[in-house]
Amino acid sequence: MKLLTHNFLTSRCLKGVNVGYPLKIVLGHVGELPQALIEDYESNEDFLKKVHHVLLEVDVINGELVCPESGRKFPITSGIPNMLLNEDEV
Amino acid sequence: MLATPDWRLDDLGEDVYEPSEDTFLLLDALEAELPRLVGGSARLVVELGSGAGLVIAAVSRALQGGAHCVAVDINPAACRATQATAALNDARVEVIRGDLLECLLPGAIDLLIFNPPYVVTHADEIYQGDGINRSYAGGARGRQVMDRLFPQLPRLMSARSCFYMVVIDENEPQEIAALLGDLGFESSVVMRRRAGIERLSVMKFVRL
Repeated sequence: MKLLTHNFLTSRCLKGVNVGYPLKIVLGHVGELPQALIEDYESNEDFLKKVHHVLLEVDVINGELVCPESGRKFPITSGIPNMLLNEDEV
Repeated sequence: MLATPDWRLDDLGEDVYEPSEDTFLLLDALEAELPRLVGGSARLVVELGSGAGLVIAAVSRALQGGAHCVAVDINPAACRATQATAALNDARVEVIRGDLLECLLPGAIDLLIFNPPYVVTHADEIYQGDGINRSYAGGARGRQVMDRLFPQLPRLMSARSCFYMVVIDENEPQEIAALLGDLGFESSVVMRRRAGIERLSVMKFVRL
């Protein structure tokens, strides 16, 4: 799973969850991006290359996505996040 | 042109629907629509029920990295098959296991493709596990799965987005067109073909 895909995922269908976005990511590797958006982010080529690398080249093979409100974990196995909910969670 | 991707039966196993007439009709219809797909500004492309993964692999290759291509399937064997087919064809496809599109961010999908379980079956057959039954069992009129998706579309789709779906005549395409019309989508039929007892169509819905 590329990190860009995470940007499109939500846990809002969980019972009692309002926004469910963004999901937290639990994995060993932490990105090389600055903590805050830099001022010249649109033109700073070095920064844009790092963003491209993190969003589109880093592949999450195993890890977890975590609902920011309920803490419900969604496992990522062999690069495939399992977003299925149990009947009693909907 | 939309090249038909390679696939390996070994990657599918017994739990994944083997590419068939309906798959190839959908590929042909999307090829006919290719100028629109390539010329469009789709950033997020989603195929629901990707199965063996031929369609999303073909679309991903045709768009040449211009869009983020995501496949969603409820069947874990189909998720793995889609991943394998994408890799075999050097196509960038992201795979998610999920029920319909409930895990996707609202308003994000620019292009949606769905070859649904359209076969008329007993309703129970839909819920007999998450295996190959999910690829075909459509319950009453073959509509029970697609009917769950339709009301979610206005929330899920972006402005001026487009949605392609395979149907058979038993699904009552005209009624579907009316339903989607009420939800703000203009319908047309891109392609029709008869395959054995199935009278297949690929419908296109454009958000107004």
